[in-house]
Amino acid sequence: MNATMTPSSQASAPLVQRHPETPITMVQAINEALFQALASDPRVIVFGEDVGISGGVFRVTEGLQAQFGEKRVVDMPLSEAGIIGSAYGMALAGMIPVPEIQFADYIFPAFDQIISEVAKLRYRSGGDCACPMVIRTPYGGGIRGGNYHSQSPEAYFTQTPGIKVVIPSSPIEAKGLLLGALQSPDPVLFMEPKRLYRSPKGVVPLEATPIPLGPARLVQAGQDLSVFCYGAMVDICHAAAKKLQERDGVSIEIIDLRTLSPVDEASILTSVRKTGRALIVYEAPKTGGYGAEISAIIAEKAVEYLKAPIKRVAGLDTPYPYSLESVYMPHPLRVMRAMQALLAF
Amino acid sequence: MTVSASSQTKAPQALIGFDPKGVVPANEVLLKMYTLMLTLRLWDERSLKLQRSGRISFCVTTKGEEATQVGTVAALRPTDWVFPAYRQAGIPLWRGASLESLAHQIFGSAKDVCLGHQMPNHYSFHHLHFASVSSVIGTQIVHASGAALAAQAKGTDDVAVTYFGDGATSANDFHSALTIAGAKKAPALFFCVNNHYAISLHVSQQTGAKYLADKGIGYGVKGVRVDGNDVLAVYQTTLAMAERARRGEGPALIELVTYRLNPHSSSDDDARYRLKGEMDEWIGKDPIPRFEAFLLEKGVLSPPQIDALKIQVEADILEATKIAQETPLPNWQTLIEGVYAEIPAPLQADLDDLLAYEQGLSLPHPGAFPL
Repeated sequence: MNATMTPSSQASAPLVQRHPETPITMVQAINEALFQALASDPRVIVFGEDVGISGGVFRVTEGLQAQFGEKRVVDMPLSEAGIIGSAYGMALAGMIPVPEIQFADYIFPAFDQIISEVAKLRYRSGGDCACPMVIRTPYGGGIRGGNYHSQSPEAYFTQTPGIKVVIPSSPIEAKGLLLGALQSPDPVLFMEPKRLYRSPKGVVPLEATPIPLGPARLVQAGQDLSVFCYGAMVDICHAAAKKLQERDGVSIEIIDLRTLSPVDEASILTSVRKTGRALIVYEAPKTGGYGAEISAIIAEKAVEYLKAPIKRVAGLDTPYPYSLESVYMPHPLRVMRAMQALLAF
Repeated sequence: MTVSASSQTKAPQALIGFDPKGVVPANEVLLKMYTLMLTLRLWDERSLKLQRSGRISFCVTTKGEEATQVGTVAALRPTDWVFPAYRQAGIPLWRGASLESLAHQIFGSAKDVCLGHQMPNHYSFHHLHFASVSSVIGTQIVHASGAALAAQAKGTDDVAVTYFGDGATSANDFHSALTIAGAKKAPALFFCVNNHYAISLHVSQQTGAKYLADKGIGYGVKGVRVDGNDVLAVYQTTLAMAERARRGEGPALIELVTYRLNPHSSSDDDARYRLKGEMDEWIGKDPIPRFEAFLLEKGVLSPPQIDALKIQVEADILEATKIAQETPLPNWQTLIEGVYAEIPAPLQADLDDLLAYEQGLSLPHPGAFPL
């Protein structure tokens, strides 16, 4: 970490000390958000595998244990079910747990705790109680990690009412959305696109304002085509759109969904009704993926506005490969081709 | 530290060492064991160089833990099923896998039996009864319970074995595995390779149990602790526990006490978490010089023979990795092979769609694996 940080007890001084215009990585941005949360609320507790002494395998929690001690930044035994189950207990006992699952690929031992317990507590208690927490986990491909370090399992969770699913797409978004997630009265699965952890960097406010969960973000406005994406795919779509706009003079709208569940349906429909064309880009396997839901929303509520069929660019319906990862992952050329097909329909 | 094998039943917490009166393999087997330990050490060195120079994306090594693989597999039958974690390359090599086949896997080349579907070191040698490696911690442990139940059902006296680290004893599937094997007296051997660290977490922080072998008690599974850096102690204990299991006397949890001399993986920085002095202590217990001393004393090998062997093994490894490096990547059709026994038509159509316009495009590899 380049930043030196001080606790918030010195109320007016900024929590994070670095030049405000120095671009930082997503890793630093999330680290700063965690720092800000730990410093400002004694109920916040960060824990997981390797998050303490080593600062996390991606160094996202670097320096936090040294600053806040072993009781608030806790190295846990290798038990994902134990980590999330413990988070449930902590939340009921008045803490704000921020557990880390080291890779989204390793979240499945905790699936039962998330699906059966964490997500359902509010509903099954008739709204009497809940267990707000922010489960952080890196997901997605692009790092040559093979099929156990690259998966995008968001759709397993968006199919479960009661837990919010949030995915940032840049350093500034990561900091704001994580702070927003920490204010959520309901549990949040905060999925971090690990491909963006160290690049590109971006300018991020020292004391970021929480971004409310729910509203999608308009990346760029356009008239001819709507592109819906999230996480690492936002930059990919942006690059594709830029190239096509420069070459063909078309006007492409890009929407970063940010909160996958509950989704900002109004923004999706407003955009499609304007442009009449919809492309959805995600890196998980195509079938039953999150993009299928967006496609269904558009088909149900805006089909009469469509000038072309809805199109998806996604991963292949295979486990995540190793050697040919760069073929599997959606890339700008593939997105561009889909955009062209829709515009020429 | 040396405790005779006969005291195993009384004091599971005592560290079992080599019993000079116990079974010692024949000289040619000892030589094969030594050669394999050397091969693993030199394979690690070569893999790390390949990773550091960007020719492979990642590697996990077994430096310091060679005896836990060689001592166990030498005491097993080729038909005994093995369910590995990700540091057991020695098992297939012992059973006849070629260095070239390992090299093709770590390069994910067109000749990789896994079709480049898995990241480096995630081998699969089904015909050698060596199950496919997963990165997920502990899932394989319960597979051994299942294979042991299969041996019972089929009426063979094979055993099923599995390897996992100290961290995996906290995972759900460890509990499931020992519960089932204990309840059914299944012929399974659970090798807990206690290398002291689950990435950064020291074993003392992993559990409140004094010894990992003690975890067997609650499941009715016999627990023993062995000096995992003494290949012959590992061999003798494995033989004894396997024979016991083959006789129908039940599974065993065998804690192989060793030490990981390298970082967790090519992406780990172990300087952040190593306890002071620990590394020096364990370098002094390196299993290879210890075995070398035994072989020299016994006259199985001479110093010039050892030198010649090292040169030969190094040359073999270099040749194997050179071949793999020069082999192209798999063709794109392999992306969709092996999802199901038959390729679904929509999946083939999706790939054909990609092929139609991307063939000939040279897509760059993303950067190296950052963990």
